[in-house]
Amino acid sequence: MMDAARTRAWLTAAARLINANSGHLTALDTAIGDGDHGLNLRRGFEAVTAEATGDTPGAVLKAAGNALIDATGGASGPLYGTFFRRAAKALGDAPEVDDAVFAQALAAGLAGVQTLGGAAEGDKTMVDALAPAVTAFAAGGDAAAAAANGRDATESMTARKGRASYLGERSIGHIDPGAASAALLFQALCSVTTD
Amino acid sequence: MTVGIVLVSHSPALAEGTAELVLSLTAGGVRVLPAGGNSDGALGTSPPLILDAVMRANEDGHGVLLIPDLGSSVLSARLLIDDLAEGVLALADAPFVEGAVAAGMAASTGGDLAVVQAAAKEAWSFRKDPD
Repeated sequence: MMDAARTRAWLTAAARLINANSGHLTALDTAIGDGDHGLNLRRGFEAVTAEATGDTPGAVLKAAGNALIDATGGASGPLYGTFFRRAAKALGDAPEVDDAVFAQALAAGLAGVQTLGGAAEGDKTMVDALAPAVTAFAAGGDAAAAAANGRDATESMTARKGRASYLGERSIGHIDPGAASAALLFQALCSVTTD
Repeated sequence: MTVGIVLVSHSPALAEGTAELVLSLTAGGVRVLPAGGNSDGALGTSPPLILDAVMRANEDGHGVLLIPDLGSSVLSARLLIDDLAEGVLALADAPFVEGAVAAGMAASTGGDLAVVQAAAKEAWSFRKDPD
């Protein structure tokens, strides 16, 4: 079951994880991107912590999405912002939802990310962690582990989207920073839904 | 009527310099606004900054063409187009500088939003080495 308080707990847990791992995310991004992923997301999730409030899970996620879009400053802002805003739209104004409905909202968020960014699984992006995590969550499985496995699988992939795609095969051997941050997001979600 | 143009770049200098170029080539006959960098003025993108430029570029109400450079500029531009009412904003699928100049020329001669958008896209065909 997700209500507004638990949704907010997810986001604040995510903000803590992003903050604690921001140096690592930036290091991953320095290898194959423009080296700002950790810093950008830390700024974005600070805004989420401050602004993502509301009486329903949908309201909290919508505010989080808007905060990320406004504050993040890199590609991850529009992408994660869209993830949360599309999920919010799917949730509507229900004060609490069961896990099946929440899983559908996460799937809507993933679809929004893929439409905006044009990435499919295997392109070495956040989608490679988000997609298996959303599937696992819907099946009642370990979404955090699925996201982490998806993240690790990006190491051997060739980037086909984003700044890293300019590197072509030289991107092989590096974990995608967006997949790494997506894994933190689902680690945070599982920390508040597993009790 | 004049369609507005907003130049979205990671770099404030690139957006401002391109706007300067468009203004000079159109003898100032177009409303072209730079929206470069993040909210701190550093390299990056800022959707609120872009939205503000769009509103100022659309003072005449004839619509705005968004011309992004790459990466998060493109994602931010797509996002804003989804958010705003249809007909207000169009995305230029175009090379940044060449597309901006072509769009500026079309806008300054009274083209509507669809015409200005098409002019920008046509800039892909301006070859520099025809062979």
